[in-house]
Amino acid sequence: MSGSGTEAPDVKPGRLEKGAYQNVFDDIAPPLSAREALIEAARCHFCYDAPCVEACPTGIDIPSFIGKIRTGNLKGSAIDILSANIFGGTCARVCPVEELCEEACVRTAGENKPVKIGMLQRHAVDALMAAGPQPFTRGPESGRTVAVVGAGPAGLACAHRLAMLGQKVDVYEARSRSGGLNEHGIAAYKVPDAFAQREVAWLMGIGGIAIHHNKALGRDVTLAELRKRYPAVFLGVGLQSTQKLGLADEALDGVEDAVAYIERLRQAKDLGTLPVGRRVVVIGGGNTAIDIAIQSKRLGAEDVTIAYRRGPSQMGATDHEQHLAQIEGVRIRHWVATTRLIGWKGRVKEIELAYTRLDEAGKLVLTEARTTLLADTVFKAIGQTLVADPFNADAREPLAVKNGKLVVNDERETSLAGVYAGGDCTATGTDLTVRAVEDGKRAAIAIDRRLRA
Amino acid sequence: MADLRSTIAGVKSPNPFWLASAPPTDKEYNVVRAFKAGWGGVVWKTLGEDPPIVNTCSRYGAMSLNGQRMVGFNNIELITDRPLDVNLQEIKRVKRDWPDRAMIVSLMVPCEERNWKAILKRVEETDADGIELNFGCPHGMSERGMGAAVGQVPEYIEMVTRWCKQHSRMPVFVKLTPNVTNILGPARAAKVGGGDAVSLINTINSIMAVNLDSMSPEPEVDGKGSHGGYCGPAVKPIALHMVAEIARDAETRGLPISGIGGISTWRDAAEFIALGSGSVQVCTAAMHKGFKIVEDMIDGLANWMDTKGYRTLSDFQGRAVGNVSDWKFLNMNYKTVAAIDQAACIKCGLCYIACEDTSHQAISKARDNGTRRYQVIEEECVGCNLCMHVCPVDHCITMKRVDRGLPHVGWVDDPRNPQRRQAAN
Ligand SMILES: Cc1cc2nc3c(=O)[nH]c(=O)nc-3n(C[C@H](O)[C@H](O)[C@H](O)COP(=O)(O)OP(=O)(O)OC[C@H]3O[C@@H](n4cnc5c(N)ncnc54)[C@H](O)[C@@H]3O)c2cc1C
Ligand SMILES: Cc1cc2nc3c(=O)[nH]c(=O)nc-3n(C[C@H](O)[C@H](O)[C@H](O)COP(=O)(O)O)c2cc1C
Ligand code: SF4
Ligand code: SF4
Ligand code: SF4
Repeated sequence: MSGSGTEAPDVKPGRLEKGAYQNVFDDIAPPLSAREALIEAARCHFCYDAPCVEACPTGIDIPSFIGKIRTGNLKGSAIDILSANIFGGTCARVCPVEELCEEACVRTAGENKPVKIGMLQRHAVDALMAAGPQPFTRGPESGRTVAVVGAGPAGLACAHRLAMLGQKVDVYEARSRSGGLNEHGIAAYKVPDAFAQREVAWLMGIGGIAIHHNKALGRDVTLAELRKRYPAVFLGVGLQSTQKLGLADEALDGVEDAVAYIERLRQAKDLGTLPVGRRVVVIGGGNTAIDIAIQSKRLGAEDVTIAYRRGPSQMGATDHEQHLAQIEGVRIRHWVATTRLIGWKGRVKEIELAYTRLDEAGKLVLTEARTTLLADTVFKAIGQTLVADPFNADAREPLAVKNGKLVVNDERETSLAGVYAGGDCTATGTDLTVRAVEDGKRAAIAIDRRLRA
Repeated sequence: MADLRSTIAGVKSPNPFWLASAPPTDKEYNVVRAFKAGWGGVVWKTLGEDPPIVNTCSRYGAMSLNGQRMVGFNNIELITDRPLDVNLQEIKRVKRDWPDRAMIVSLMVPCEERNWKAILKRVEETDADGIELNFGCPHGMSERGMGAAVGQVPEYIEMVTRWCKQHSRMPVFVKLTPNVTNILGPARAAKVGGGDAVSLINTINSIMAVNLDSMSPEPEVDGKGSHGGYCGPAVKPIALHMVAEIARDAETRGLPISGIGGISTWRDAAEFIALGSGSVQVCTAAMHKGFKIVEDMIDGLANWMDTKGYRTLSDFQGRAVGNVSDWKFLNMNYKTVAAIDQAACIKCGLCYIACEDTSHQAISKARDNGTRRYQVIEEECVGCNLCMHVCPVDHCITMKRVDRGLPHVGWVDDPRNPQRRQAAN
């Protein structure tokens, strides 16, 4: 037990000076200047059969778009990017490039200094977005309308591609705003200046897409109805629930779901009204853990610790993200597992951790040794899960689910004919924006082919 | 430490690095700063007759390549725009204060003997070490019958050079224009006229770019442009060739050469010296980075000479001249093939696509457990070097000699040559 047992938990809004909120979530990686972009673009070798392209889930022709930056053909460059990935603007900001394109860049092998593909992508796309409307036109009207559920990156990428192919789209979105996690999940400092909203508005410029907000599948509309009304349905609903710790006092005040808190943060009109703990402990090892830790720190938490069960190399968060957290003053403790949440008058005030290790078989085990940390807020960032009920509300044929994800084939078609799915609710890859976009795009191409067959 | 002292046409300097006649040598202020920085000599910005010329605005154009500024540079400036008297007084003062440095005075006056005679007399009074005849300026002055207009006519070069030798005790450097089909014509004329040395190259006729908004050539003067003189790193290969031709020509061999054109580093300088130059002149590199660059030129050259065991410049001056040959004498039996160092290869595929699309389809591509593998098909490789040049990794592709035990045979004697020389037996 720790010595300061009498202190009351300290959670309150307005930890920063009033004026400080304005810049608290400024761009963590400011854009390249035109000249920096030129010099960086010149570092690209214009590889043949470029490894970076293969490592991009959306298969952007990277040497081509970088080559065009070099010649000052920024428009052609951006169109190269966006024709493979309409969320090229968000992806440029949020992709963990260090384990995607930039890891594969031949300059990583050569000198451990990849071409800054993400930054260059941002340079080209930002220029095009600043210059005017999205550049694609709708294909000749097919006369059909497709239903898309969820206005996240998967759903909107699907809708946009369908529009390009000449299909009309009705999007059903449970929330009052579009964008999915781009809008309410991604760390604020990665997409400042309402970028997610601007990007959605911009890509909607193609026309032919109607978004119906506050319409939830399973509540306001059923899958069976959609299948009746539309020749094809795409599900891009993401993961709407979070894992539980499975501990006794999980319901104590101050034990929070990180994703839900980030959503409040991202939607807050005045960050100064958001309650922030003085001592924050984050349980988890993924990027969500890093994001909530850094954002708490920036909002004035004095002491932020990430408690992770395993070692640095097993963390879901990339090295880059871990370094970032440490630079921001977050402490990362490895090889500790939460065993107990200790409360005071219904609020959490301390957290007990067991030291862990791997046994001979490589299995994680708790040791006898314990330690405690003072905690005014405990964030759970241990993963999200699929809520399958909406699909099956009235269904005679339930959708096939395996390991907590919808089952889809290469074309992103589910176990039900004409019902497609992609993004976080499926298991086609790591849960990343870029993968969701690729799923949506592929499904759109398959749907279009199906409708024209 | 190697001894960098240089003597060319009797002109001595503590090192071979001179500033070429151009803005860096325009006046006392610059030249004193240059000497303080360590430059071995200067060729003063070209003097002409009063009234001084008037320059336009703007004057310079530049070519950037992949973010690298001034790979090529050009100008439409004329000769000095200051009164002759002022220049001469400054030259005299600087030479007095810096007696160990080479002071060459560049000159350009109308093509009449009395004009040359008059200016030579006045330059002589400055105690300068020599004069350089600017037969190179390709723009502006040439429209007035001077500069390249003289330098393109060997008879004029010979005539003016002769006048200068006649009316002056000073060594005469003849600065040649590269805007000719064969540099040997002007070089031979300079020698026949009694010139003590040639300096080359001056700048090359050029339009740097077309401004796609105003549709004007650059540099732009109120919406119009005229051709200017091209110089800087990009012109070095052209200059090296011209220097080599003069160094190996039967008529001009031994004529001292002051090498100019794209010299930015001690390496560039060493190459010019290896092709016979006795001093080198620099303009663009100094205009780009300032006079301090000479520090690296001096100790870089000395350090390199030390590693090679060269004590003085003459130990390697001209060493490469004998290896400059005519194509017809090159060994037709020399065979190389490309070899890829797989451990160094970063799998960019550039060698493959270059050879596949534009050369001899001599590189294969494969996937080894997903890893790309590029390999030379030796039987198909013609040893052209293309892949080696495109490979972004230093020394990753090398050209390996294939020793076929065949003798040296030039095309002149090659059995495949229908016009070959018949063996004398
Ligand atoms: C905190 C956090 C940080 C992240 N950071 C990054 C990052 O930096 N980089 C990165 O690449 N990825 C990141 N991700 C992952 C990334 O955000 C997701 O992989 C991506 O958003 C998935 O897109 P999606 O369209 O499948 O789902 P979502 O973005 O979740 O969108 C689903 C949409 O469907 C709607 N919806 C859900 N259920 C229904 C229903 N029943 N009816 C109607 N609409 C419904 C939702 O309201 C939502 O708008 C992060 C995720 C989190 C949680
Ligand atoms: C702005 C400028 C002005 C020049 N003026 C002269 C000149 O007056 N007389 C002359 O002989 N050469 C002149 N030159 C040519 C240089 O002396 C030199 O021959 C040429 O620039 C090549 O050298 P570099 O590649 O080191 O610049 C000038 C060059 C430049 C860039
Ligand atoms: S791997 Fe790197 S260098 Fe090659 S094309 Fe891709 S970004 Fe350019
Ligand atoms: S040397 Fe020329 S022919 Fe041989 S592999 Fe290289 S590019 Fe091809
Ligand atoms: S060019 Fe060089 S680095 Fe690139 S694939 Fe060929 S050998 Fe490898």
